[in-house]
Amino acid sequence: MALFIDIISGVCLLIGSFLIFSGALGVLRFPDFYTRMHAAGVTETLAASLILIGLMLIAGWGLVLAKLILILLFILLTSPTASHALGKAAWKAGLKPAGTTENSDHR
Amino acid sequence: MRHTISIAIMLSIIWLINSGHYSPLFLVFGAVSVAFVIWFAHRMDVIDDESQPIHLSAELPLYYGWLIKKIVVANIDVARRAWQVKPSISPSIQNIPVSQKTDMGRVIFANSINLTPGTLSVELNNEQVLVHSLTYEAMQELVEGEMGRRVSKIE
Repeated sequence: MALFIDIISGVCLLIGSFLIFSGALGVLRFPDFYTRMHAAGVTETLAASLILIGLMLIAGWGLVLAKLILILLFILLTSPTASHALGKAAWKAGLKPAGTTENSDHR
Repeated sequence: MRHTISIAIMLSIIWLINSGHYSPLFLVFGAVSVAFVIWFAHRMDVIDDESQPIHLSAELPLYYGWLIKKIVVANIDVARRAWQVKPSISPSIQNIPVSQKTDMGRVIFANSINLTPGTLSVELNNEQVLVHSLTYEAMQELVEGEMGRRVSKIE
């Protein structure tokens, strides 16, 4: 049973790390600020959750588990607000998104 | 009163988890801190439905279950596009109508858009939210409006 949990935890950590790498790759490869923010979104949602879940599985029942849950909750509560603030600041500063399609009806 | 009790429970849980010291002296310190914060919050007049949305607690878990599924799918999609030799992205920006009536509903809607990789809410007002999306398909899904309907149902 302990081995089983270790394996699941390892898989979670591995996929999480892979997703963080993918997010970083997207940040480097996508063409402009707004599209790069989408790539960064991968690291702060599923990747962060998977890594924290992987750590929770090996943490066992205790204070560490509770703290990890708290960290996950705070990440999920604050990251959308932070990305909204970032996106809004860029938009207000007049940064226009590159290569948007025809259906765009922004102002 | 219900909101005060709710904020007291929340603060106590956060204190207990972060402290790790449970000797009587520290517990008294913790209780005093919680009491102080509640007093400050009262003076700032921020203990209300907005900071303690307990009226949502019944329906929220179901919505989050649906949202988590959405987030996983969107994550895989964006990660896949990051790995493509030539990323097949079609960035779009568009105003999406906001059907929610309360501030809380609108915030949940905009936060859900932000939590889903591939869509980003840029500007939010009472009638519409300006959304930037990585792909045209992600935008069409928002225009179709299932997320908006689900948020309107729980607000």
